Amino acid sequence: MNQASGVAFQVLQSVLVVLIAPLVLGWVNQCRAWMQNRSGPGIWQPYRVLNKLFHKDAVLAHNASPLFRATPYILFGCMWLAVGIVPVLATSLPFAPAADVIALVGLFALARVFISLAGMDIGTSFGTLGARREMMIGFLAEPAMLMTLFTASLISHSTSLVTIVQTLGQSEFVIYPSMAFAAIAFLMVLLAENARIPIDNPSTHLELTMIHEAMILEYSARHLALVEWASSLKLTAYITIGIAMFAPWGIAAAGDWTGVPVALGALVVKLAFAGFGLALLETVSAKMRIFRAPEFLATAFLLATLGMLIHFVLEA
Amino acid sequence: MPTVPLSGQLINLFAALLLLLAFAMLTQRRILSLINLFALQGLVLMLSTLVVAYSTQQAHLYISAAVTLVLKVLALPWFLHWLIRKLNVRWDVESIVNIPVQMLIGIALVIFAFNLAAPISQMAGTITKSALGIAIASILLSFLMMITRRKAVSQVIGFLSMENGLFFAATSATYGMPMVVELGILFDVLVAALIFGVFFFHIRETFESLDIHHLEKLKER
Amino acid sequence: MDLSSLQPIEIAVALSVIWIGLGCAALAAARRTSVILDLIFPAGAAVGLALAACGFWAMNAPASMLVLPAGLPDLPFHVRADALSGFFLLLLGSVSFGISLFSSGYFRDAGRDEPLGLLGLQYHVFLASMALVLIADDAYLFMVVWETMALSSYFLVTTEHHSEQNRRAGFIYLLIAHLGAISILLSFGVLHGGLGDYTFDALRRAELTPFWATVAFALAFFGFGAKAGMLPLHAWLPEAHPAAPSPVSALMSGVMLKTAIYGMVRVIYDLIGDIQWQWGLTVLLFGAATSLFGVLFALMQHDLKRLLAYHSVENIGIILIGIGLSMVFIGSGHPVAGVLGLIAGLYHTLNHAVFKGLLFLGAGAILRSTGLRNLNEMGGLIRYMPHTALYFLVGALAISALPPLNGFISEWLTFQASLQAPILESSVVRSLVPIVAAVLALSGALTGMCFVKVYGVAFLGQHRHALVEKPRDASGWERAGMLWLALGCAALGLLPVFMLAQLNNVSIALTHASLPPEALGSGWLWLVPTSAAQASYSPMVFLLVIAAVVGLTFAVVRRFYHGRLRRADPWDCGYPEQTSRMEDTADGFGQPIRHVFAPVYRIRREIPRPDDPQPVFRQEVEDRHWYWMYLPVARLTEFVSSHVGRLQQGRISVYLLYSFVTLIALLVFVR
Repeated sequence: MNQASGVAFQVLQSVLVVLIAPLVLGWVNQCRAWMQNRSGPGIWQPYRVLNKLFHKDAVLAHNASPLFRATPYILFGCMWLAVGIVPVLATSLPFAPAADVIALVGLFALARVFISLAGMDIGTSFGTLGARREMMIGFLAEPAMLMTLFTASLISHSTSLVTIVQTLGQSEFVIYPSMAFAAIAFLMVLLAENARIPIDNPSTHLELTMIHEAMILEYSARHLALVEWASSLKLTAYITIGIAMFAPWGIAAAGDWTGVPVALGALVVKLAFAGFGLALLETVSAKMRIFRAPEFLATAFLLATLGMLIHFVLEA
Repeated sequence: MPTVPLSGQLINLFAALLLLLAFAMLTQRRILSLINLFALQGLVLMLSTLVVAYSTQQAHLYISAAVTLVLKVLALPWFLHWLIRKLNVRWDVESIVNIPVQMLIGIALVIFAFNLAAPISQMAGTITKSALGIAIASILLSFLMMITRRKAVSQVIGFLSMENGLFFAATSATYGMPMVVELGILFDVLVAALIFGVFFFHIRETFESLDIHHLEKLKER
Repeated sequence: MDLSSLQPIEIAVALSVIWIGLGCAALAAARRTSVILDLIFPAGAAVGLALAACGFWAMNAPASMLVLPAGLPDLPFHVRADALSGFFLLLLGSVSFGISLFSSGYFRDAGRDEPLGLLGLQYHVFLASMALVLIADDAYLFMVVWETMALSSYFLVTTEHHSEQNRRAGFIYLLIAHLGAISILLSFGVLHGGLGDYTFDALRRAELTPFWATVAFALAFFGFGAKAGMLPLHAWLPEAHPAAPSPVSALMSGVMLKTAIYGMVRVIYDLIGDIQWQWGLTVLLFGAATSLFGVLFALMQHDLKRLLAYHSVENIGIILIGIGLSMVFIGSGHPVAGVLGLIAGLYHTLNHAVFKGLLFLGAGAILRSTGLRNLNEMGGLIRYMPHTALYFLVGALAISALPPLNGFISEWLTFQASLQAPILESSVVRSLVPIVAAVLALSGALTGMCFVKVYGVAFLGQHRHALVEKPRDASGWERAGMLWLALGCAALGLLPVFMLAQLNNVSIALTHASLPPEALGSGWLWLVPTSAAQASYSPMVFLLVIAAVVGLTFAVVRRFYHGRLRRADPWDCGYPEQTSRMEDTADGFGQPIRHVFAPVYRIRREIPRPDDPQPVFRQEVEDRHWYWMYLPVARLTEFVSSHVGRLQQGRISVYLLYSFVTLIALLVFVR
């Protein structure tokens, strides 16, 4: 694999994923609408929303600090890097060695800290409420995610996502029971971190039930557009991490241009399935009381730890 | 690491599912879902018995899988559903210790069980020797569930799932027990469940509730 | 004097003596504050920088020794500078450089009751004693300078001795420090194996049975752990660090706790040498418990300095996790994985010194500008103190172990070390290492939550307390000190391979094992601890990509849409009234943790009645260790002493009887 084709792959993957992230969100919302017997806004709605927001004038509170203004850009940058690292289309991209799974979790943590600080910046009660709840979810979700990724790392003897995908996807098929535990834990963490039901309602308008929305109440126009885009990127990143760990078939090797259409097709199919499954899960569950959320996440954490222990007993 | 044959992998998968179900039962709040999880556990048990039967060509294990299906997946859960309907039990299960602490104790028990079974697993000659630790762990978890519950019905379910764990240990480590022993245990379990049912009616009549702390009043002073 | 034959040890000794000299000069200058602040403290800073360079030299040079013409007649002071000492000298020197610069600006207050000269003396003697601890090569010198370190820091802690609380804090500190010192002394006694020679060389050579080696380990672990603030001997940390002036807290938290880690590593790896994996398991479990406990209690504090002190407890726990992992691997016969654990622990030592120093200096800047120490009274300081806010943000991001700063590197290395667990044979240890990794992940996430709370409540939002006058930002000296440490955080985070290579020298010197060659041969951009296929991380790429995307997005949005902006009142969902009382206080932010982890704390609440016209809600979170351990031990001591006190009869005939009985006993038994 030569340098130029690797860089081209990297740019292609990053740009592609960034562009289709709102489409993923739109697909999830549309599936939810169909299941709830509504006609829905169409899968292209997030793009229209983003376009509308970018056109507006930004309104900032008088006491907004430079941190508040910088956070949407930092969030967007973090999520861009995250999708650049995860092997979505191909493995062995130039950026892939820049971060392994631990650094990936750290990247999400960085984004979470910045958005929480931005929530506290203006000094309204809703912002601090959102920040407090977000950190309450995050302090259990982050270790749970880390333990899930460690289970995959122990199986492939590496924390590099590339090696994990290669071990799990491109070698012979083996059933790993510890990955069953890890899969359930990962699903729970995905729901929590992306503010989906049953942890948070992404379409709520009641301030007291918000977590993620409460932190970004003061954002408007292009800042809000970037924050929303970053959220959809985060959802896409999580789904692609899940695909890389639990359904890694079809990912091309870098430099292999012939494998790209297959990889692209596989990606579209998997994203569609995942979006549909997410919408189904959201429709059949009810939102939990806020203090049940730590229990939910503690269960995910313990399941992931249990998965690691099962690995030592059954697979080593 | 030499690749384990597919049947061994399936057994390992079922073992992990069994443990998952035991943990899920530990953290359940509602009796209805507890019974459904117990039925699922029976199903997993039946599937694993089928796999062992197929891979070791032992005919009597097919029969025992069939009996498991009838008894543990269909009959006992139906009976338990009938029981809670008749007894009009409230849906929520209260526990003496709160759920996160139960999960922590559960993890400690799992580590203990794994370490206990490690030397035995090394000596056993079957393809599924490592599943013994998981079976012991699910037995201990069911026992924990029995200890930490207030309602009598959930204690019975704990007892029944302990038996599930024992059965799994038998099939995975020693390829099943002699048919006579199995039938005996199964009938014992059935009779025990029936007796429990009778007792529940009596308890409810005496104390107007199935909360077991009422039983503590049965003391001399 | 032949300059080419100078050895690092001679420079180190000379610099320590210069520090003592500066202290005496400060005392002589007495009340001439400008001399002290403009000359002596900056000179001390320069000495620190020179010491750092000397330490760096010692890490790359062979060990050098010296016998000083001081000490007892038959046991003169031996000093030695090898790679381990060099690393800690680098730590001491570079962190004290920043702190001394800060102190030049910090102590510029009118109306100090304590004469500055005395403070200058205590400060520099403290620094010198720490440097001498790091290069001491015999047990006698070690104990002398260890004691000096404890005493000088005691006087520094009780600088503001008018407050009863400070005096109490000093007392507890001195008590536990001395308990630790006794334990260390006993450990040296066991180590020397009865040969009578107390130099460290002799201690190294002494052959010990596994039982006595374990006894020596236990005594050293207890003694150095007491100084490091390990559970359960941590009670002095949250009392003493807030009581001291902020630069001193930074020095104590940043450097003094690390001398305890140095002592532990020196005794276990160097003097005992033959490590058993059970010791490693003990260290590992204590480290995990300490880190979780520290962060849980930090989340409950609203006093900024007490909160930072509890975080020091947590980070010591993380360092012990790294060292414990290393000991487990080395004890089970896997030296390469053990090297990784040791490097992770030592890297975290340096990182913690830098970012904790930075955070304490920031707290000091806030205290000096606003007089506030209680988080519940701060708020909105980013508008008045932008420089301090920026440096504090760097410190907060670093301690929360967020990439691309330095805290993340050492946590990453610790995780990589824990993922080597499958090579162990003992199944108990193999199952416990994932649990410890889970605890480490949990305390890292909780730290992030705590610092969002600290930064958000202190710097962001609106100010809660009516400020008498507009606070001024930190002065030039203070900013210089904080900038140095912030640059340190960035450098250690972005260019870790450099420090990794240096730490590899340290581990080669201690354990004769090294990281695999691929680890150090992957270039300055990629951090690869074992092999590239297994794990790699590049903080530079991280930072560059995020910065590039930020810049690109900014430019593209401006180009395709526009950059118009206007200011207005906060939206706040349309609520018209917005006061600072509606924001979260520090205690309010920690409420979910209080709810989730309720059994860990001992909370005393005072809840007003509903019809109370002026309701006051009070809540105190206390450490259970006081009631489980400290108070019972204190009561037991009092009980025993009161009974022993019966020996004091007051009558002369009784005392003469004691002497008589002793004489008879000696004549009978010692023939």
